Amino acid sequence: MKTRVDSFPYLLLIPAFLLTVTIVAWPLFETFRLSFTNASLRPTQKYVGFENYIEIFEDDFWEVMSRTFIWMFIGVSLKMIMGLIGAVLLNAALPGRAVFRLLVMPPWIVPVAIGVFMWTWMYNGQFGMISGLAQRIGLLSGPFEFLAYKQSSFIATIVTDVWVGTPLVTLYLLASLQSIPKDLYEAAWTDGASRFYRFRRVTLPLLAPAIFTMGLLSAIWTFNSFEVIWILTEGGPRGATTTMIIDTYKTAISRFRFGEGSARAVMILISMSLFMVIYLILMARSARKLGKSS
Amino acid sequence: MIDKYKFHEKIGIYAAIAVFLFFVLAPFLEAFLVSLRPLDAVFRAPYRIWTDDMSFQAYIDIWSSVPGLPRYIFNSLFISTMATVLALICIIPAAYSVSRFKYRGRDTFMGALLGINMVGSTVLIIPLYKLMLNLGLLNTYSAMIIPGAAFTVPVGIFLMRSYFLRVPKELEEAAYVDGASRLYTLWRVILPVAAPGIVVVAVTVFLTTYAQQFLFALTFNSKDALHPLPIGLFSFFGRERVVYNELMAACLVGIVPVLIGFIFLQKYIVAGLTAGAVKE
Repeated sequence: MKTRVDSFPYLLLIPAFLLTVTIVAWPLFETFRLSFTNASLRPTQKYVGFENYIEIFEDDFWEVMSRTFIWMFIGVSLKMIMGLIGAVLLNAALPGRAVFRLLVMPPWIVPVAIGVFMWTWMYNGQFGMISGLAQRIGLLSGPFEFLAYKQSSFIATIVTDVWVGTPLVTLYLLASLQSIPKDLYEAAWTDGASRFYRFRRVTLPLLAPAIFTMGLLSAIWTFNSFEVIWILTEGGPRGATTTMIIDTYKTAISRFRFGEGSARAVMILISMSLFMVIYLILMARSARKLGKSS
Repeated sequence: MIDKYKFHEKIGIYAAIAVFLFFVLAPFLEAFLVSLRPLDAVFRAPYRIWTDDMSFQAYIDIWSSVPGLPRYIFNSLFISTMATVLALICIIPAAYSVSRFKYRGRDTFMGALLGINMVGSTVLIIPLYKLMLNLGLLNTYSAMIIPGAAFTVPVGIFLMRSYFLRVPKELEEAAYVDGASRLYTLWRVILPVAAPGIVVVAVTVFLTTYAQQFLFALTFNSKDALHPLPIGLFSFFGRERVVYNELMAACLVGIVPVLIGFIFLQKYIVAGLTAGAVKE
């Protein structure tokens, strides 16, 4: 019974294996390979060593990279803060919360691009809602094109990205909140702990793993965010919102420089491998913990 | 009691929820208001939330000014449906395999899936473009369906696995004693029991591919008849003057099908969304 290798479980893996190898694993390998070539739309390509890498470092690469990390860091922090606030609010035992939960979801349900189309109008300097209301209450003295200036467009793309990402964080943290045993709160309550104290001493510590996991996942997604910036600014004005992803896409797809684009993609993969390692270690640790308890 | 709020606390919480929901829903609200305005009122300062000349005219006009709109809506749903079918064909057997059998290489496979899940589709766009070019799939539905499906497979397997793990092993043993083949057991015994889990996975995969059609369609497709909704409407922006009232009306009409589905399936959506992020 034990000597023969059972092929059945392997056979079941075949479809998934084929699809992920063709669409993810092989392209991953190919990205590394292409980054050492001068590939373009032309049928011929030759290996050029590290030339592409040297070229991108002579370019404004460091600037793009630091901009990407700042963009991601602010975005993820805001998503986590908004998500935590939202989760705590929606967890309050008040009439109507089922409806509120429903109303949080639309940005996540609709295609990202459609949501961003709506934001392009929100940011319209003369007629959009933000500028319009800001002028009404006197925050702005006149029309202001949010997407036309370096700083404001940087902030605007972050705000929209936070808008896209907040529902998921909210609902995820809400689910974690609800899994905290009620008697912990009751014990703290009998001891006379205030609401805020209970939040700080019971909720936050127990929520910490969920916040950390979500933060990490969110960091990876935010790093890879493409549509928000592409639709709002296409990386402009004057490169102010060009993140590594946008930069790679422009180089490779808009200008057909596959080799150089691949080198930029490799730099993204290297930057992200940091998150991946943390995440995998975390998953392995929790898997071990689960294995022990069962 | 512990859950009792004082009156001023209630007011505070409701006010905070209102602000939070305003941030979440403001773009939809504004899109709706814009869609009701005639075009010259859209471009009118100072900004007014409500005007007298509002009407549903844009909702009538879009069908003639965007003749492709029904097609785009159909394409979006079609691409995501096919991607979901393809993804499920991959996910279900694989998830069953990793949840039921112990074998060499299984944990490596799962680890690889987690790693793959970290890689975004945008990073791989160059080789994918070349792949689609070489396979002759550019400007076909397949170019949008296959990559869309592939990137949902890792999460899908983990999600589906958590449902299979809850199905009692005795079911298979009973079927085995009755002489059923293992494939038959999976198909006729396990799948019906795991059906709620399959719905959750299907809904999750569908929504993921539906939300992310933009990139693949933008890069791999230039045929207007095959465009999904986001790209179909994206061409609005290329025009000299963006017809915002119609654009917003088209956006809202376009998302009606998923919003209706969402109302009916929200239980499954929440289950998939929260479990999918945990991946345990």
